[in-house]
Amino acid sequence: MKEILIVAEHRRGELRDVTLEMLSKGRQLAEQIGAEVSVALLGKGVSPMVDLLKPNSHRVLLIEDDRLENYNSETYEKVLTQLITERKPFLTLIGHTATGMDFAPSLAAHLRIPLATDCIGIEPEGESFLLTRQLYGGKVNASVSFQKKGPFMITVRQGAFPPIEKTPLSGEVISISSSLREEGLAKRFLQYVEAAVGEVDITQADILVSIGRGIKDAENIPMVKELADLLGGALSCSRPVVDKKWLPKDRQVGTSGKTVKPKVYIAIGISGAFQHVAGMKGAGTVIAINKDPKAPIFSVAKYGIVADLFKIVPVIKDKIKELSKK
Amino acid sequence: MNIIVCIKRVPETADADVIIDKSGKDIEKGGLAFDLNEWDAYAIEEAILLKEKLGGTVTVLSMGGEDSNESLRKCLAMGADEAIRLTDPAFEGSDGYTTARILSEVIRKLPYDLILTGTQAEDDGYGQVGVVLAEILGIPHASVVNRIEVQDKKLNVHRELEGGLEEVFEIDLPALLTIQTGINEPRYVSIMGIRKVAKKEIKAFGASDLNLNPQEVGVSGSDIRLEKIFLPPVGEGAEMLEGKPEEIATKVFEILKDKGGLV
Repeated sequence: MKEILIVAEHRRGELRDVTLEMLSKGRQLAEQIGAEVSVALLGKGVSPMVDLLKPNSHRVLLIEDDRLENYNSETYEKVLTQLITERKPFLTLIGHTATGMDFAPSLAAHLRIPLATDCIGIEPEGESFLLTRQLYGGKVNASVSFQKKGPFMITVRQGAFPPIEKTPLSGEVISISSSLREEGLAKRFLQYVEAAVGEVDITQADILVSIGRGIKDAENIPMVKELADLLGGALSCSRPVVDKKWLPKDRQVGTSGKTVKPKVYIAIGISGAFQHVAGMKGAGTVIAINKDPKAPIFSVAKYGIVADLFKIVPVIKDKIKELSKK
Repeated sequence: MNIIVCIKRVPETADADVIIDKSGKDIEKGGLAFDLNEWDAYAIEEAILLKEKLGGTVTVLSMGGEDSNESLRKCLAMGADEAIRLTDPAFEGSDGYTTARILSEVIRKLPYDLILTGTQAEDDGYGQVGVVLAEILGIPHASVVNRIEVQDKKLNVHRELEGGLEEVFEIDLPALLTIQTGINEPRYVSIMGIRKVAKKEIKAFGASDLNLNPQEVGVSGSDIRLEKIFLPPVGEGAEMLEGKPEEIATKVFEILKDKGGLV
């Protein structure tokens, strides 16, 4: 029977959400094409995670080795090359995460398996798959196909495949000895570095006024900061504002920044790339101000205003001052 | 340190109204401005910062038509020493793997200690070329790098993970790093700066110069194929607040009052 192999992603003893998302999608695909789902778990002391994987797979392939304690593309590539060469899965699924982006392309190139990255849709089509991806920062979607025959490799976007409730399986646990030897590595893990703690914790704020690329210059920030102050809220931002060093990293909302759940989130000049939306979709009420009526933020927001932020924000501030006095 | 940087010229779509063209496989690019891919701007800046500190050369590579010279010249104006363009009708439609394969053929002929690419491109976002290139060249790599510390014959690199966490690796040279935005502040290039490098030669290489068979590159050599593009399905969407600015502001005030946004 065909095999769909999922590479489990975990960090510091915690299974990452994308693993369960891939397992759920993997099971759905397996039913569609008549395959079984195996999950490869590489690490050291990771057997407690097996219990989370068993109900969602036919097989847990457990590879424990001291040298797999922390993720390293080199060790992952060696171990997975041997595993894939031996088991010949029809499809391998890997997360399109900081980890998956680091090893999937080299692993696929090493094995010469066709790879489609950052997929948000996967549909079986004959003996292949039709994939959906985003282009131009999410402004358009693309249908992409493989030009070669299987086996295939696909990396999936985090959050694109929310897990679906399914009858639990009871995956068989198979321990496999690691193919790593004592040879030297050209890349060596040293340590994790935690995010710096800032003066304001945006994850605790009830009201966030958030700015994006549309703010155009650091000198325009006080104008929006005043709105946050009027509302008793905090100022946060999307990635471009941090990249340009206009606000510190601890103010960033999104996958590589913070996940926030304020009662009210006002997105000003933020287009709404998925990396940002992933960090604020738990907000109570989202109000978006953007001059582009097609900005993806408007499909996430409860209320939208198509306007030049430099014209509308001062009017909103004045109105709040005026009406609050009453 | 001799550094090679791979760059791409891309259309600027962040503020543009994107329209699908007649082929259904691409967007209308006629009215769009083009620039250096954002990630690549950080990669070239990082290369120049390393050169300023350690000496050596920076060579910038791009695959594309004559238009790509504009982005290559921008890199020269920023401080790169040499620019090479890989160009051939046979290269058109190359996927991530094939692009890396083409780049590898010219890189093999060049001396280098370090290769930098952007983590991904603004247009197709595969995030694949750099890591595949390292594999083809047989050198170690690290992706999504947001800090580089130079040591003797090796680097300490920080990789950006989710949630603000970073992981640090020690990596032997030669190596390839894919650079994340925000690692530095790319320098401004003036029109005068571009003019100064306007006459500088940009070498161009085609498939035959690189001993590449046209069949193994471009659409025919690629593993994946773009079938069509379409506008993303629109969700429920926001309730749009319309009217005069004063009226919109009043509505915002009422919403804030109702949803607990006023203290």
